[in-house]
Amino acid sequence: MAEIPILEIKSVSKRFTLQGQVIDALRDANLTVAKGEFICLIGASGCGKSTLLRIVAGFEGVTSGEALMWGKPIEGPAPDRGMVFQDYGLFPWLTVKDNIAFGPKSRGRPAGEVSATVDRFVDMIGLGKFANVWPHQLSGGMKQRVAIARVLANDAEMVLMDEPFGALDAMTRERLQDELLDIWQRTGLTVLFVTHSIEEAIFLADRVVVMEPGPGRIASEVRIELPRPRDVSSPEFNDVRRMLGARLHSHHAPKAA
Amino acid sequence: MSDLTLTAPIPTVRRPSAALGRLRQFGLALIVPALLLLGWHLAVKAGMSRLIPSPYAVAEYMVDFAWGGIWDDAFSATLHQHLLASASRVYGGFILAALVAVPLGIMIGRVPLVRDLLDPFLQLMRPIPVTAWLPLSMILFGLGATSAFFLVFLGAFYPILLNTIFGVRGVEPRLFEAASMLGCRGNAQTFKVVLPAAMPSIFTGLRLGLGLAWFVIVVGEMTGVPQGLGAVIMDGRTLSRTELVICGMIVIGIAGYLSDRVILALMQRALRWSPQHHG
Repeated sequence: MAEIPILEIKSVSKRFTLQGQVIDALRDANLTVAKGEFICLIGASGCGKSTLLRIVAGFEGVTSGEALMWGKPIEGPAPDRGMVFQDYGLFPWLTVKDNIAFGPKSRGRPAGEVSATVDRFVDMIGLGKFANVWPHQLSGGMKQRVAIARVLANDAEMVLMDEPFGALDAMTRERLQDELLDIWQRTGLTVLFVTHSIEEAIFLADRVVVMEPGPGRIASEVRIELPRPRDVSSPEFNDVRRMLGARLHSHHAPKAA
Repeated sequence: MSDLTLTAPIPTVRRPSAALGRLRQFGLALIVPALLLLGWHLAVKAGMSRLIPSPYAVAEYMVDFAWGGIWDDAFSATLHQHLLASASRVYGGFILAALVAVPLGIMIGRVPLVRDLLDPFLQLMRPIPVTAWLPLSMILFGLGATSAFFLVFLGAFYPILLNTIFGVRGVEPRLFEAASMLGCRGNAQTFKVVLPAAMPSIFTGLRLGLGLAWFVIVVGEMTGVPQGLGAVIMDGRTLSRTELVICGMIVIGIAGYLSDRVILALMQRALRWSPQHHG
């Protein structure tokens, strides 16, 4: 394919020095992502999955190698790559509406356009009644919806999600997974999603990237061919879960559904 | 559906017990002052001190101080002039201190060069009490209102500055990341992230600063100003008019209290978004 991929990670390494100790957070990572793909990065802590995400976001530079978006080197954070943090990162002094408006306003969009965009996304995440409420008045699931809407309202092409549902209860997590897939299918976004849950990865991803620690690296990639919507209790789902679990060198037997 | 439950705002329902609770709070707050007043009255009556007037004498003098018609001396019906003079110095010095300290605090908190340049110097100057500045201030600014103004400024300056720096340094790094990935970078972050995020600390500084401004007004008005509550207290001292001194003290106490209530109300209004401050 001669087409330029939306994201290319070419032998990227990242080295930190922490209290005089050199840490290989990421070594020689290679990954190519096509537009519209849903990629999950999975692995034990210290495998470099968050580091890789933060490099794509532009929060961290690379020690060696190249991170390219549409063939151009990533230099710092920009609105085309929106990040959704596990701890939400909402601005506590802004209401739901103003949090969503923050990006478009910062980029100098005209006021009329901003308020139309905001209304659209407030409706999309079903928080119409809470548009003028501050983040501390929302539940975790609602906050994460706002964080997602904030990124989408800013015309992000790629959404980077760092264990976004990790702090939520199981029911809320499942609902948000469904909503995220729905948004992804409607908008054609490219999603890079970090998780430590095998089930979550299989449920969401087109492709699961398995990472390993010490030094952090990409161990393998698994394409998930299961038809959508996926049924977490189906035998096929379980087969994939078992296979992925084995790849992660899990000491535990795969959880029964 | 659990995530659709709104944890707040709960509409403020005024239950009947709320009013009762308020009354109780008010009553409890009055006990200690009432006891002190009684003790004062009894002590004077017992002749423990000839230099201290009875509470009643002070109250009577306060009425004369405020409205006149009892003693008709140089201080009768002059309360408003003195209060106005003091309040203008307090608020003038305070506002000037805020106008200098908040931007300076943001710069010290944000720009390493400014911090290295100014922080050691300011830390060195800070322990010097306002009273120690009095003689120098009178040489620099002469006898009069400018000196008072300067001393109030000095008193209010440090709490505002230090709390602003503290607030700016304490902004969650996550918020800078969020702002920059949304397209707000560099200097725009100062106004759209740093300032609002530091606002709770800045308000704490403003509140302390205004309190200190009232605190130092007496020292400030030792610089030979003709009017002001501090001047009244100093005059009372030289004239051995203790009732005048006590009246001045009471007025400063009440004025300081009321101005704290005002800034507290402003703070709660401006920081409604903060779970620590609303309500």
